[in-house]
Amino acid sequence: MLVSESWLRELVNPKLSTQELAHQITMAGLEVEAIEPAAPEFSGVVTGLVLATEKHPDAEKLKVCSVDIGADEPSAIVCGAPNVRAGLTVAVATVGARLPGGIKIRKAKLRGVVSYGMICSSRELGLGDEHDGILELTEHEIGVDFRKAYELDDQVIEIGLTPNRGDCLGMYGVARDVAALNKTKFVAPRAAAVRATVSDTISTHLDAPEYCARYSGRVIRNIRTDAQTPVWMVERLRRAGIRAIHPVVDITNYVMIESGKPMHGFDLATMKGDVRVRLAEDGEKLTLLDGREITLANDLLVIADNSGARALGGIMGGIDSGVSDDTTDVFFESAYFDPLNIAGKARRFGLHTDASHRFERGVDPDLCVDSIERATQLLLDICGGEPGPVVTKEIADNLPTPAQIALSQDHLERLIGRRYDKKEVTEIFTSLGCGTREIEGGWAVTAPGYRFDLTIAEDLIEEVVRVHGYDQVEATAAVAELGMSTASELQIDSMRMREFLVARGYFEAITYSFVDPKWHSILIPEIEPLPLANPISSDLSVMRAGLLPGLLGAVKKNLSRQKQRVRLFETGLRFIPQSDEIEQKSVIGIIATGPRYAEQWGMDKHGVGFFDVKQDVEALLAMGGSGRDVRFVADAHPVLHPGQSARVVVDGHNAGWLGVLHPQTAADVEVDGTVVYCELLEEVALAASIPTFTSLSKYPEVRRDLALIVPEEVTIEQIMQGVRSVAPASLKDLRLFDIYRGKGIEDGAKSVALGLILQEYSRTLTEVDIDAAVAAIATHLSENLQAKIRD
Amino acid sequence: MQELDQVVATITAKIESITDLAELDQLRVETLGKKGQLTALAKTLGKLPVEERREAGQHINAAKNSVEHLISARKEQLQHAAVNARIEAERVDVTQPGTGQDRGGLHPVTRTRYRIETLFQRMGFAVDSGPEIEDDFHNFEALNIPGHHPARAMHDTFYFDSGLLLRTHTSPVQIRAMENGELPMKLIAPGRVYRCDSDLTHTPMFHQVEGLMVDKGVSFANLKSVLHEFLQNFFERDLQVRFRPSYFPFTEPSAEVDMQCVMCNGDGCRVCSNTGWLEVLGCGMVHPNVFKHMNIDHTVYSGYAFGMGIERLAMLRYRVNDLRLFFENDLDFLQQFS
Repeated sequence: MLVSESWLRELVNPKLSTQELAHQITMAGLEVEAIEPAAPEFSGVVTGLVLATEKHPDAEKLKVCSVDIGADEPSAIVCGAPNVRAGLTVAVATVGARLPGGIKIRKAKLRGVVSYGMICSSRELGLGDEHDGILELTEHEIGVDFRKAYELDDQVIEIGLTPNRGDCLGMYGVARDVAALNKTKFVAPRAAAVRATVSDTISTHLDAPEYCARYSGRVIRNIRTDAQTPVWMVERLRRAGIRAIHPVVDITNYVMIESGKPMHGFDLATMKGDVRVRLAEDGEKLTLLDGREITLANDLLVIADNSGARALGGIMGGIDSGVSDDTTDVFFESAYFDPLNIAGKARRFGLHTDASHRFERGVDPDLCVDSIERATQLLLDICGGEPGPVVTKEIADNLPTPAQIALSQDHLERLIGRRYDKKEVTEIFTSLGCGTREIEGGWAVTAPGYRFDLTIAEDLIEEVVRVHGYDQVEATAAVAELGMSTASELQIDSMRMREFLVARGYFEAITYSFVDPKWHSILIPEIEPLPLANPISSDLSVMRAGLLPGLLGAVKKNLSRQKQRVRLFETGLRFIPQSDEIEQKSVIGIIATGPRYAEQWGMDKHGVGFFDVKQDVEALLAMGGSGRDVRFVADAHPVLHPGQSARVVVDGHNAGWLGVLHPQTAADVEVDGTVVYCELLEEVALAASIPTFTSLSKYPEVRRDLALIVPEEVTIEQIMQGVRSVAPASLKDLRLFDIYRGKGIEDGAKSVALGLILQEYSRTLTEVDIDAAVAAIATHLSENLQAKIRD
Repeated sequence: MQELDQVVATITAKIESITDLAELDQLRVETLGKKGQLTALAKTLGKLPVEERREAGQHINAAKNSVEHLISARKEQLQHAAVNARIEAERVDVTQPGTGQDRGGLHPVTRTRYRIETLFQRMGFAVDSGPEIEDDFHNFEALNIPGHHPARAMHDTFYFDSGLLLRTHTSPVQIRAMENGELPMKLIAPGRVYRCDSDLTHTPMFHQVEGLMVDKGVSFANLKSVLHEFLQNFFERDLQVRFRPSYFPFTEPSAEVDMQCVMCNGDGCRVCSNTGWLEVLGCGMVHPNVFKHMNIDHTVYSGYAFGMGIERLAMLRYRVNDLRLFFENDLDFLQQFS
């Protein structure tokens, strides 16, 4: 809402500066977003009357005018505007005037004729774009400073209104709030009824009362077609952000800005028969004022006549029934449209009109007749005409009834934490226009028809605190029972996990949860992702079923920015469509490419490999304690290297995958070099076991090394399990300290070196014990895993 | 005894010329050992006449002592030299950087979120979470935002064909908590939220923290207190805070919270559009209709709720001037918060 300060002060004028006023209403919920001057700086412009014009002797298009600017003698002013004529009241920039843009007006010769000033167009004064002709003022005292005459030393206060404050979408509503804040009361003036001079009416039928329960109309005949909207009205509309178009439209807009009540003016000549306020038929067509033809549906309200839909009720008029320069007979409409039933309808056609904006928020139904009377009077003043009687059709049962709300003083005190003076509260309600009665322990309040947001006691409480001042409520710490919240040791804190990965050289990334479907199909081909119905762009249009698309995108971006080494992790939900629901589970994604260490002296320059990230993953999972069974099972994955991918299994549950990006996939996404990726389900990866103490042995531990040669197919896991399956209880630790392939070992085989750490709890192990244990292990491995024991 | 003096002189010269500990030990064996030179000389005493034996014995002992002393002195000397040599050999340039894995870093949003969680946890708030693909009931309906409510237009919701949607705020976690939880409750719920909006100051995904306290007698005065305290602790400054009436369908009364601009201390700057104030929070008292949806008796219980943008707080705290940087994951950006 754009509010002209001078207009507002005409209605209510508190002793506050502009800034103080802006602060006051901001702190009362009418947030001031900007304060702009109503007109740019200029000076030396006065009202003048063109007494006579004659052709310029040397220029076809120029006229030499004799203009009365209130001085002893008329001034001779050369003017090129096509509309300059004798008898016109104009804005004259006198000699010495300064116009916007730093233009200074001097006595000047125009093709040999001296001009003492300039007659101004609205653009030259910074009041609009109009430059086809000079500004035509309505009759006015001559020789008066133009800024004073049209109150141009005004500010436009832009208020950002919340959706509940539809009542402030008119000057009267803003004035009412300002008055309440300054402990006075503003009552919107009622327009005097204009007596009908003709008897013409149009019959109205309310066929959809739940959409429109009151409809007032009036015929006005024989308006002047040459009438112009007066500059004062054009100016007020301009400051409200509305361009003047046609006197009838300008008048309905003016009434809307003044009172908040939208109206519509039809060209009566185009109307055929009775007006029916009805729901549209499916497929019915209507061409709107903006020239667009829309196809209607049966939940849209139209204003129709015998020829069909003529306007989209409460949203926009039709182009064929609108007023034009030839219009002589007008039909004014002012109706009550139900907020819930009109909400969202304009948006369906990409529309947002001043009318729909107000009706969606609720407009006082009591203003229907009043607004017509006000518009009629303005129309008669400006365009003349003969009004018929106002005809109002209504279905009383469908009109909103004013809310009756009881508020207790205790409730107010309890919710706010502060006690309010009863009389003061009564005054606040009254100043806002509420019917207020003090009752035992509180108030009985009737909400005014323009306050659709006042329905329950809490709404009234907000009004009290708002008008009295939010800043008057003293902050008080809550007093609550001390209760302890749980902190399970069976769960690794997500922050600890993140800190751990950070310590291992990973940076945390946050990527969008929606990704490019093409990218997604390359990186998660096995899952059809969930598409958004209204994505912001095609490359952010499906919900990720894993973190790889986002993380690999981030890796690529960094590689393209000359980073050789990228290590990232992310945690967040992945979205997997299931038959009847969408699985939303939190996962951890870890990605690494480039050298395993940042470039430095003394460390190898190897690229990161499967086992580097595996170590990070093993260490991460080790945070959950040694009580968990963590396994890496070789398995095929659509986008991982078939020889370097493993399913991660924790305590029998699939935790996720670890592997090197498939060379073909890497080629498809144009990434050079090895990329290692791991994705783990948080619920599995972050589950923890609680340590159970076992007593320490007082006896020495001994170590025996065992070297064996096994075929390549035999996995390390098989060997380790084989050892453990026959080892005595004294096997305390089993270390794999070397794996060797190459010279001295036949092709297709590998040499594996194990360190066996043995220790007893009750005695020192003897050589006999140890030899027996090692022999049993060796035998088992050779019999079951084709192992050859090396000496 | 001339012979003895000569032997000692020779040994002494040898000791002085030896630079190796092993050689020195070898010499000790050769001179003082069982078959050593001086030991051998001592054994010749028996052949001397008795009257000479005593004197000769004393000479030999003195010679042995002197050699022993010389050897041990030399040994100490050599040991000392060896340590010194080792130290010299092992001297490093301590200004060379350490080796191994470098540290990565937390995302600034996480860093901020953790800070917010920590502060509220210290006041006894639990940390809760909820799904990001939500249904209309939890995201709107239960929060008193029915079907064509004008407030929905402000939300720019992402929808799915099924009618589900991406949550536009973290407020649905409030509803889920009240559905499941026991009263009284105090919780915050940080997480990702989504709005169909993208420009210089909006990203289609961002983070919020929701807060909720429901108990008997919770008041607006309590709400003012907790948020004022939070902002002061978060920014570690004695900031001015003001509450302005506003509108959210799920709170009544509702307020928007401004704090004194942390960039200019309220003097007015570009960041605060020269107002000296920064809008940082939305809040209010839980609307009775929300309680009704959750079957909580609003005549017995009351509550406050608040919501804030994590990126907004991170930008103010760390002086980040471009929201979009948070989701570009450029290492040059991420490294600044490690």
